[in-house]
Amino acid sequence: MEAVKLRLVSTGLLFSLMLILNGGCAKDGDVTTVRFWVMGAEGEVVEQLIPIFEEEYPHIRVRIQKIPWTAAHEKLLTAYASNSTPDICQLGNTWIPEFEMLNALEALDSRVDESTIIDADDFFEGVWQTNIIDDRLYGIPWYVDTRVLFYRKDIFEKAGFSKPPETWQELYELSQNIKSLAGDTERYAILLPTNEWTPPVIFGLQAGSNLLRDSGTFGDFSSEEFREAFGYYAQYFYEGLAPVGVTQVTNIYQGITEGFFTMYITGPWNVGEFRRRLPGHMQDKWATAPLPGPDENYPGVSIAGGASLVVFNESDKKDEAWKLIEFFSRPEIQLKFNQLSGNLPPRLSTWEISDLKDDPHIRAFYQQLDHVVPLPQVPEWEQIAMKIQQYAEIVSMRRMTVAEALAALDDEVDRILDKRRWILSRSD
Amino acid sequence: MITVFFFFPVVAALFMSFTDFDIYGLSDIGFVRFIGLSNYADLLNDPLFWTALKNTFYFVLVGGPLSIAVSLGAALLINSRLVRFKSFFRLMYFVPVVATLVSVAVVWRYIYHPRFGLLNFALDKIGIEPIDWLGDPVWAMPAIILLAVWKNFGFNMIIFIAGLQNIPEELYEAARIDGANAVSQFKSITLPMLAPTMLFVGIITMIGYFQLFAEPYVMTQGGPVNSTLSIVLYMYQEGFRWWNMGYSASLAFVLFLIIFIGTLIQLRVQKRGYEG
Repeated sequence: MEAVKLRLVSTGLLFSLMLILNGGCAKDGDVTTVRFWVMGAEGEVVEQLIPIFEEEYPHIRVRIQKIPWTAAHEKLLTAYASNSTPDICQLGNTWIPEFEMLNALEALDSRVDESTIIDADDFFEGVWQTNIIDDRLYGIPWYVDTRVLFYRKDIFEKAGFSKPPETWQELYELSQNIKSLAGDTERYAILLPTNEWTPPVIFGLQAGSNLLRDSGTFGDFSSEEFREAFGYYAQYFYEGLAPVGVTQVTNIYQGITEGFFTMYITGPWNVGEFRRRLPGHMQDKWATAPLPGPDENYPGVSIAGGASLVVFNESDKKDEAWKLIEFFSRPEIQLKFNQLSGNLPPRLSTWEISDLKDDPHIRAFYQQLDHVVPLPQVPEWEQIAMKIQQYAEIVSMRRMTVAEALAALDDEVDRILDKRRWILSRSD
Repeated sequence: MITVFFFFPVVAALFMSFTDFDIYGLSDIGFVRFIGLSNYADLLNDPLFWTALKNTFYFVLVGGPLSIAVSLGAALLINSRLVRFKSFFRLMYFVPVVATLVSVAVVWRYIYHPRFGLLNFALDKIGIEPIDWLGDPVWAMPAIILLAVWKNFGFNMIIFIAGLQNIPEELYEAARIDGANAVSQFKSITLPMLAPTMLFVGIITMIGYFQLFAEPYVMTQGGPVNSTLSIVLYMYQEGFRWWNMGYSASLAFVLFLIIFIGTLIQLRVQKRGYEG
C-alpha cells in the first residue's frame, strides 16, 4: 500500500512538473502544441503523416504519445481523474459511451455542420452511429474494423478444402482435418487467443445472443443462444484444435508461417502486418474470408468495431485539435493512412478513389462490413468484455464447465451493472 | 506534513471504503452512495478476492522463507573465510536488486518460454518434459516466486552479512576448542546471535512479499486463470483499471489488517524464540 501511495504522490509531482514545463514551451512564439494520444500500431504510422499536417499548418505542432492497447483504458481513466487528458485522442468506439458518461468528450455536432471537409453522409452509416449518444455526436470515425478469418490456403487444400468454411460445421470439420494432418507434431487448426474477448463474443452474436438484456441492465449469458456459442467455442480447446493459454504463441506471424496454427480470426490491421512480416514465400499462401455462420446464411455476422478521433472537454486547443481531425478525415489522407497501416477507411469516397475493393485480402472485409452488428452501448462494456475473456480462459483450461462459467459470468456482470440499474431507476 | 501526506489520505481512503465511489461518482458526486460495510461484505462473496488472497498467501508462505533461506545461505558463503573475491560476489548477488524489474522481466519471459526458453532447454537435457512456465496455472506462481527470490535475495543477504560480522569471533574459537562441528556451531552460535537480524529481515520480507504486485503485473497480468493475481494487483485493477475506488479501498484495508496481524504474530513467535 505504501509503495502504491508513494508512487501516486510522485506521479502527481511529475505530472505537475510536466504541466509547468509544458506551459513554458507550448506557446513558443506563435506555435501551439497539440497533444495527441494514439494506440497500438497506429502510433508508428501516424508519425509519418504528421509532417504533412505540420507543413500545412506551420503554427501547430503535434506531440504524439503512443500507448499500448493493453494499458490504454486505465491510462485514459487516470488521465481523466487527474485532469491531464490529451487534446485529441484515438478512442475505440465501444469506449465512447463510457467517456461520454464521464462528460469527458466535446460534442462535435456544430463543428461538423460548419465543416467543408467532413460530411456525415459519406461515412459508413453503422459506424457513424456508434459515435452518437442521445442524439449528439462525440467522435469522428477514423477507421472501421471488423473481424474476418485469416488462413493458410495451402494447408486448407491439403485438408481437402478448396474454399473457406461457410458454416460452423464446416469450420469444425476442417479443423479436425488439419489436426489429423499434423499427426504427432504439435500443430493446431485455429488460434483463439484467450487474451482477446472478440472470438467468444462473435460466436455469441452469430448465434443470435444480445449479450445483455433489459436495456443493458443484466447479463444474458446463460441464454440458450450464448450457451450454444460458448459450448462450440470451448470444443476447440477441449479437442486440441486451438492452443490453450497465451504463452504458446508469442509471435503470431512466426506461428502462422511455421503452420503452428492455420487460422486466426483478426482485424484489418493484420493485412498490413502479414504483408510486412511474413516471409516472401508465404505471401501467396495466405488469404482472408468472411466468417462462417452457425447456419446456411453465409457470411455470419461480425462485430462493428473501429476507432474514432475525439476531442476532450478539458482541452484548451480544441480548434487546433479539430483541424487535425479534419486533416485525418480527408479522403487522400485516409488513403495514405490505409496504405501505411492497413486500417480500413470509414469514408465511402475514400473507397471510391482507391482500388481497395479489388484487393484480394481486403475484399473479405468489404463483404463482412455488410454483415456487422454493434456491441452493447453501456459504459461498463469494457469491464464486461474482460469478464467474458476471463471466463473463456477458465473454460479453455477446464477449470469450470460451460454452464458453471456462464452462470458465474451472469452473476458478475449483474453485479457490475448494479450501479447502472440504480442510476437508470433514479432518472425515471 | 505527516498529517497532510499520511493521515489525511489514510482517513480519506478508510472513508472511501464505506462508499461505492466509482466511475459514475467521478462524473457526478451525487452518484456516490454511503453503503457502510457493503464493500467488505461483497469482498467475502467475491471469488476473485479469495483467489487473490490464496495466491498472496502462497507467495508469502513459500517465497518468503525461501528468499530468507537463500539470502542466509549466500551471506554465509560470502562471509566464509574460504571464499575469495568476496566483494565481487557480494556485488554480483546484489545486482538483481538494483536492476529494473521491467527489463529483468523481459529477459525472464524468454527464459520461461515454453518452446524456445532457456529453462526448458536445460530441463530437456536432463530428460524432463517441457513446462509452460507462465502459461500453466500450476507453474505460473512457482515461476513468479523463482523470479522474485532471485531478484530480491541480495538485499537481505547484505543485512545478514552485517549481522554475521557482528558475531564475535571468540565464540566460534571457544566452540571449536570444545569440539563443536560446523553444524552445531551454526545452530548454537550463528542462529541465536542472528535472531534480531532475523526478526527484522522476517518482518520486512513478509511486508514486502504481501505487497506482491510488479512481478505478476509485468509477467502475467495476473493470469493464467488468475493464478498469479495478488491482492495488490487486484486492488490496482479494481481501482485504476475500472475505477471502483470504494471497493479497491476496502481491499487495501483488508490487506493492511492482514499485514498488521502477520507482524504481530512474527514479533510474538520470534521474541519467544530468543528469550526462551
